Amino acid sequence: MSPAKPVVHAAREQVARLLALVPYLHSRGEVRLADAAAALGVDPDQLDKDLRVLFMCGLPGGYPDDLINVDLDALEGDRIIRVANADYLARPVSFAPSEAAALVVALQALAQSAAPETQDVVRRTLAKFEAAGQTAAAERVHVEATPEPGSELVPVLQGAIDRGHQLELEYHVASRDEHSTRVVEPRAVTRVGDATYLDAWCHTAGGDRVFRLDRILRATELDTPVSEQAGDARDLGSGWFAGEEAATTVTVRLAPPAHWVTEYYPVTDTRPGPRGSLDVDLEVASEAWLRQLLFRVAPHAAVVAPQEFADSFRAGAQAAVRLYTEPGVR
Amino acid sequence: MASDKAERLLNLYIMLLAQTRFVSKQDIRRAHYAEYPDNAKGDEAFEKAFERDKDDLRELGVVIEVGSLDAFFDDEPGYRISTDTSALPEIRFEADEAAVLGIAARAWEQATLARRTTEAMRKLTAQGVEVDAARLDLVPPSLRAEEPAFDAFWDATQKRRVVTFDYRRPGEQPRKRRLQPWGVVRSSGRWYVVGHDVDRDAERVFRLSRVQGKVSGIGKAGAYDVPPGTDVAAIAANLARRTPDVEATVLVRQRAGVGLRRRATSVEEDVPGPDRESGWDRVVLTGPGSDLAAEVLTYGPSVVVEAPDELRADVLARLRGILEQEGSR
Repeated sequence: MSPAKPVVHAAREQVARLLALVPYLHSRGEVRLADAAAALGVDPDQLDKDLRVLFMCGLPGGYPDDLINVDLDALEGDRIIRVANADYLARPVSFAPSEAAALVVALQALAQSAAPETQDVVRRTLAKFEAAGQTAAAERVHVEATPEPGSELVPVLQGAIDRGHQLELEYHVASRDEHSTRVVEPRAVTRVGDATYLDAWCHTAGGDRVFRLDRILRATELDTPVSEQAGDARDLGSGWFAGEEAATTVTVRLAPPAHWVTEYYPVTDTRPGPRGSLDVDLEVASEAWLRQLLFRVAPHAAVVAPQEFADSFRAGAQAAVRLYTEPGVR
Repeated sequence: MASDKAERLLNLYIMLLAQTRFVSKQDIRRAHYAEYPDNAKGDEAFEKAFERDKDDLRELGVVIEVGSLDAFFDDEPGYRISTDTSALPEIRFEADEAAVLGIAARAWEQATLARRTTEAMRKLTAQGVEVDAARLDLVPPSLRAEEPAFDAFWDATQKRRVVTFDYRRPGEQPRKRRLQPWGVVRSSGRWYVVGHDVDRDAERVFRLSRVQGKVSGIGKAGAYDVPPGTDVAAIAANLARRTPDVEATVLVRQRAGVGLRRRATSVEEDVPGPDRESGWDRVVLTGPGSDLAAEVLTYGPSVVVEAPDELRADVLARLRGILEQEGSR
């Protein structure tokens, strides 16, 4: 199941941009197109097109003086925006209920997950929305606290990066369910997809590595300054993770109590199996991950193919049963 | 064309803005909808376009006041937009608060709400708030909604509009439901909608991932009131309460079971374990009974339950169940 594609409302969004652009300009006089585009998070070419619509708008009446004045010479020549005769648009439009709700819910979630030192500033920010009467719509939404494991380490990691110090990490290697201790030269804390990572040069591995924050058990700032190997932060967002491990297609048979798996993990195909079960295909990058999922829903999931995965899962289950039935045998 | 429509929307907004008097529908039509001919078909097309445009303006945060033009003849409605209700209240933020906003603005990963947050931030920028999220030691929480039905329920909740949808409970055929949604709730990584089930005349909670196909709005926005005192958060807490908490003692292989250790109440290192392939630690932790079994199972042959007996029996029975699966030989 992929999320539904959001509907595009081109005209409405254009008006939304213009109703933010005019107040933005109003307090500043003239602004370079590139600066306004960056501040408002709009593509400069798009902003140029938007201004040509603004040029056609104004008070009803049809006299030239009624229309908003956009200095097209300045726009086309020096790429500068100058707008006049639009004083009635000097203030931005109020938040739509869902805009206020989206932002307030995000702040509330941030308040739940923030470390104690940063709680205060998040609460102050929320209080300002409350004072301005902007929190009503958010009462219809509730997000349960799910603090991100490892987020408490951010101040330590960021502190070391700011001071240019190396870090000693105790790190959990998920594929072997094992920890290791290593010294790294930190570059940046970055969020990619749904996880946060420390990007660093690792002395133990002798190369660039990324460490998931939720798998760092302990981080200690050392007095040793970073060398030139730390280098600049890399862009982890642009498909850096893609293709790191080749994915294998695994067919898993899910009995009815485990059908929920299809709602939470990306399955590429689903077919009815025997006795109400479902046969689903999953793209699996790490066998360890698959094994954890299969154990979690035991005994309601079984590997149909490939055979090696079925065998190793079964061997794992046998080993686990022996821990209960034959303790101390080996 | 999109730009024609954008022009009309903006012109309509400007025309109604800061009017002391209500503007008649006639005048609005003459000024902005002149292309619709003066006959039954044209009337209908104009009404439709005008309704859509008002909805679009409302989506942008504009509050359109509807009132009577004449105290003695209230049959013809008029329209205006007041700066009191439609202009963003002045909110001033300190630099660190603005940085918090910049971080919160990155929390939504669901496309529609990510866009709504961007629009809200743009309005604050227009008001003079300067956001620099770069230097605050905070990681944005990740707010996700994989459920395809999320958008429709969020929207209906905000607008107080009745929705109808097919809902499939496990092991049953999908059934049509009608709901007045009161709120949406995320609990244990899943989204739920809470509301009044019109056909059953009772409060109900639906899991969004079990909604099948399209969610359709029926009737007008603002069609019902959420009962006063409704606490969406409390209903969420009820959802989260599954089984009572139990305290469990488990043996964990040394250097394994990181998730269990993270939330342990105590760890006793280097204790005798069921095998000598590794050292073992004794870990005590608390959690809802049903979740603990699943959590312990996740670690396979790296964790053994010592107590309580029910948990030990449950985990062992489920492990044996794997060996009894057909075709797993």
